[in-house]
Amino acid sequence: METLRTITSDEIAECVARLCVRACNELPAAVYALLCAARDAEPYPPARETLALICENVCTAAAQPMPICQDTGMTVVFAEVGQNVHITGDTLENAVNAGVTRGYTEGYLRKSVVADPFRRSNTGDNTPAVLHVRLTAGDRLKLTVCPKGFGSENMSRLAMLTPADGLEGVKAFVLETVRLAGANPCPPMMLGVGIGGTFEQVALLAKEALAELREGPHPDPFYDRLEKELLAQINRMGIGPQGFGGLTTALSVRIKAAPTHIAGLPVAVNMGCHVTRRASETL
Amino acid sequence: MAVSLLSPFTPQALWALRAGDQVLLSGVVYTARDAAHARFCDALGKGEPLPVDLRGQTIFYAGPTPTPPGRSSGSIGPTTSVRMDPYTPQLLRYGVRAVIGKGDRGSAARDAFTANGAVYFVAIGGCAAYMASCVKSVEVVAYDDLGTESVKRLTVENMPLIVAIDTLGHNAYVDGQARYLRDFATDIR
Ligand code: SF4
Repeated sequence: METLRTITSDEIAECVARLCVRACNELPAAVYALLCAARDAEPYPPARETLALICENVCTAAAQPMPICQDTGMTVVFAEVGQNVHITGDTLENAVNAGVTRGYTEGYLRKSVVADPFRRSNTGDNTPAVLHVRLTAGDRLKLTVCPKGFGSENMSRLAMLTPADGLEGVKAFVLETVRLAGANPCPPMMLGVGIGGTFEQVALLAKEALAELREGPHPDPFYDRLEKELLAQINRMGIGPQGFGGLTTALSVRIKAAPTHIAGLPVAVNMGCHVTRRASETL
Repeated sequence: MAVSLLSPFTPQALWALRAGDQVLLSGVVYTARDAAHARFCDALGKGEPLPVDLRGQTIFYAGPTPTPPGRSSGSIGPTTSVRMDPYTPQLLRYGVRAVIGKGDRGSAARDAFTANGAVYFVAIGGCAAYMASCVKSVEVVAYDDLGTESVKRLTVENMPLIVAIDTLGHNAYVDGQARYLRDFATDIR
């Protein structure tokens, strides 16, 4: 018989609280590296200055420490729960929300969540988190916190294309999304693109593609080519950092594809900004 | 070279600005986002006074993080301006002289700047730790119940801004992208 490993809801809450603060104050090294490379490659002087200030801000935030961006987002949490983990105390969901409350309060992060889309009273502690749970093998619990700002989130789009729309249809949709977003999502942007699955799955694929911050090329050469082609086309648009013109409109395009129906070709773009944050820990 | 400016502005100080100019802003600005804008326009619609007199003043579309102990401000930066477009013509007519946000505006809001001799400034989005160092004081002056969306009076010093729409209606987004594509885009790729 396999033995269960016990993790208390308090440990989970503590971990989530830590991750909220770390994610908001420290930009992942991979994103910072993309920013620095973009600054060095940018030929348009005003754009280069903007990118230099963006890089400087990342260092200031980490040194203080304080949030990189005032929009410390809605808290998206991915929990990968080993099947041999036994959570004691409160439920996983309550533990995650307790962590968000603690992190956002004690970490002086902004509370940006309203309880109802129409009545719009602030919940006061940035809860509830948007929690995605996946069961995995083993006896560990991996938590990833991705605070998501809405300047960029609002520029995300989803379309249920048809098989006849094909690759060209998907490319056109992605490029149109960037064009419509323009200066709003604080370019340079980062794009998570989901392709396939069902209506709800394609949105999650796009979120994961953005949140995973995959380093290195896409494992499938077909999608690797597509990512590179889309990035090159986006960076020919001239939108530039903050929309004032320049080479650097986007830092990355990351695709996640999944099996889909014979009748469908869903595509979703989760728009991310240059403050695409995440922090992760395994208990 | 950046121009140093003091808010509140005289109308003349704004006439001299051109889209694309870099500005270092000092003085007083008031934060207001979506919820505060809705309340402002509701009050104006009913002929009631605003909780703070914003005539001649500058509005910053911003909701800062809470100020930690020992600091003068939390992280602060602009939110997407286009969401304030439905309220902008009315507030500029009322007398707001300048706003600070990010992103281009719709045509009605663009026209409202020219019609009222007002200026649209842009702050770099997502540079909020850096911008916090330009904020010397933060004080809630209205709508405390809105939390981060309350109206706050900020004293700022040398806050880096770009003139996005000037009093003549020139637009730094349109001009900047055109200039890049015309003069810089060809010699790469
Ligand atoms: S889009 Fe990103 S960088 Fe811009 S304000 Fe929102 S979270 Fe910050």
